[in-house]
Amino acid sequence: MMSESTKIKMQKFNTLKSIPAYLPIVNIDTDMIIPKQFLKTIKRTGLGKNLFFEMRYDDNGNEIKDFSLNNEPFNNSRILIAGNNFGCGSSREHAPWALLDFGITCVISSSYADIFYSNCFKNGILPIILEEEKIKELSEYSNRKEEISIDLNEQKIVYGNNEIKFDIDPFKKKCLLEGLDDIALSLEKSKHIDSFEKKLKENKPWIFND
Amino acid sequence: MSTTLYDKIWNDHLVHQQEDGTALLFVDRHLIHEVTSPQAFEGLRNTNRKVRHPNLTLAVVDHNIPTTDRSKGIDDDDSRIQIETLDKNCKEFGVQLFGVHDKRQGIVHIVGPEQGFTQPGTVIVCGDSHTATHGAFGSLAFGIGTSEVEHVLATQTLVQKKAKNFRVNVNGKLALGVTSKDVVLQIIGKIGTAGGTGHVIEYAGSLISDLSVENRMTICNMTIEGGARAGLIQPDQKIFDYLKGRPMSPKNENWDKALDYWKTLKTDSDAKFDKEINLTAEDIVPMVTWGTSPQDVAPIDGKVPNPENESDIDRKNSIDRSLKYMGLKPGVAIKDIKIDTVFIGSCTNGRIEDLREAAQILKNKKKAAHVHAMIVPGSGLVKEQAEQEGLDKIFINSGFEWREPGCSMCLAMNADKLKPQERCASTSNRNFEGRQGRGGRTHLVSPGMAAAAAIAGNLDDVRKYQN
Repeated sequence: MMSESTKIKMQKFNTLKSIPAYLPIVNIDTDMIIPKQFLKTIKRTGLGKNLFFEMRYDDNGNEIKDFSLNNEPFNNSRILIAGNNFGCGSSREHAPWALLDFGITCVISSSYADIFYSNCFKNGILPIILEEEKIKELSEYSNRKEEISIDLNEQKIVYGNNEIKFDIDPFKKKCLLEGLDDIALSLEKSKHIDSFEKKLKENKPWIFND
Repeated sequence: MSTTLYDKIWNDHLVHQQEDGTALLFVDRHLIHEVTSPQAFEGLRNTNRKVRHPNLTLAVVDHNIPTTDRSKGIDDDDSRIQIETLDKNCKEFGVQLFGVHDKRQGIVHIVGPEQGFTQPGTVIVCGDSHTATHGAFGSLAFGIGTSEVEHVLATQTLVQKKAKNFRVNVNGKLALGVTSKDVVLQIIGKIGTAGGTGHVIEYAGSLISDLSVENRMTICNMTIEGGARAGLIQPDQKIFDYLKGRPMSPKNENWDKALDYWKTLKTDSDAKFDKEINLTAEDIVPMVTWGTSPQDVAPIDGKVPNPENESDIDRKNSIDRSLKYMGLKPGVAIKDIKIDTVFIGSCTNGRIEDLREAAQILKNKKKAAHVHAMIVPGSGLVKEQAEQEGLDKIFINSGFEWREPGCSMCLAMNADKLKPQERCASTSNRNFEGRQGRGGRTHLVSPGMAAAAAIAGNLDDVRKYQN
């Protein structure tokens, strides 16, 4: 049984409708998503205005006109389509925090760097993996500036009269759908942790340094 | 069943496993720093949770810290607040901290091994992607996000799914002037920046065994630039000798017990890998990156590539974008690229052997007049050691600035940054757009190559400067 405290932290993800924005760049690293000068915060919020800072603003801090997220309707996009290996580089969770604060709760790419991928789920962001072929279809569709919809429960993306199914780890899906706090989930396994530690103290006494 | 070193460490740390393979993994060692921990501690406070094992956690300030005189405090308000926040959090939760004025302060991945906090067969995590460094000791070490930092603080465990096994074999001997930095750049060039995604890499082969402990750390450190979260090397006598007598290494009968266990940490001879590649050390030459991804490598004798020769459209666009950012024309000889700045330091190349390698090239030579050059030792203890050996004098005499330890210009969170269009030969690990400062242009090289570039004023072949 799950206690009440497991259901606190994260925004639940179920369905989402939005006009998707498309960034046709591969290997978008987390330095690009949120540069280091914004990592000095001690909060998780407020990073959205600096999302993709270097690409989004010129040297004088003015918005660069031909960067898609600066323009209607993409400045309100909640879905981002991007090239492969999205989120590579630094482990900074400020990257998903910045996406979330901007309003993006779903990313679609053909591949992600492992740490970024995992960080998304901790923040209620759904990172969808599709084949290159499908990314191409969707990115072309995004030129129409029409809404697409994401249904996590059904694991499908609907655009126009078409739909694409996607795969997702069942446990990660459940955590997103229910907005579960995984620390609380793990603490419910305390007795397993206790018994592991007891054995560890016997078998590897040097680990605890006592 | 035959297992790999990674399999063994994984199995040995399984606290619980769900039917779908989602595992709860015990974490033996947790390193934290000022940038990726404040929100984690805030989370603990908001939920009234404690740090489960403060003595398995070690904190150090590194990312934000000035590398100039710190006696008058830190000017930048945000940096100061972050550093003070770590201090406050460590006091409140009972975690040991190497603060600004502690001689042991330095880059988290240099401090861990130096103190003997890093040990074979352990699971080590840190909110920093270069945590893979510690894999050089035969540990499973990887970077995590801040939510996971909070999870480890609260539970001393982490929710994980098992990765696949990838072995990189490097056999043979390196030529004079070629280093482990060149080896890892070559590996990343070969597998690509996403080549290791979903895998843990084990580095093996005669060259890897021949490398010193510190040189092994350089290779494991950059594993993440090839997409793999962790890279590790089977521990051997060199590792055991390195750890013996370090402040946090096991003592007395615990040392004997630990040593017995560490000696069992081996990949079985018939273990299967999901992926495997082989490199010959004799084929490796000094390497330089020309683009904005660590996979964009060329030999020092090479040329900047021409995007028109690329058949893959994404790759072509990516080279186009890189060259535009880097201000380089296709076909230009790498050695004709003039540089403005040299940075020697970082968790990749900020250890004593790296400084010795640079000093050997710089001895009795001057940097080119137009070059701004700085050396940032990886820790206070590295700095002290270098000064005892007189390396600081060599650097200062050749025109380098000799700084206080920290991450510095590797990620430019402090005042050490490139100006727009400034071009740097750097011993760090990432050449991403804006990484070393907005508009700054980074060429990743070994410490010897950085020293050679400082003398020549352009990227140059370190082999010309060998004494």
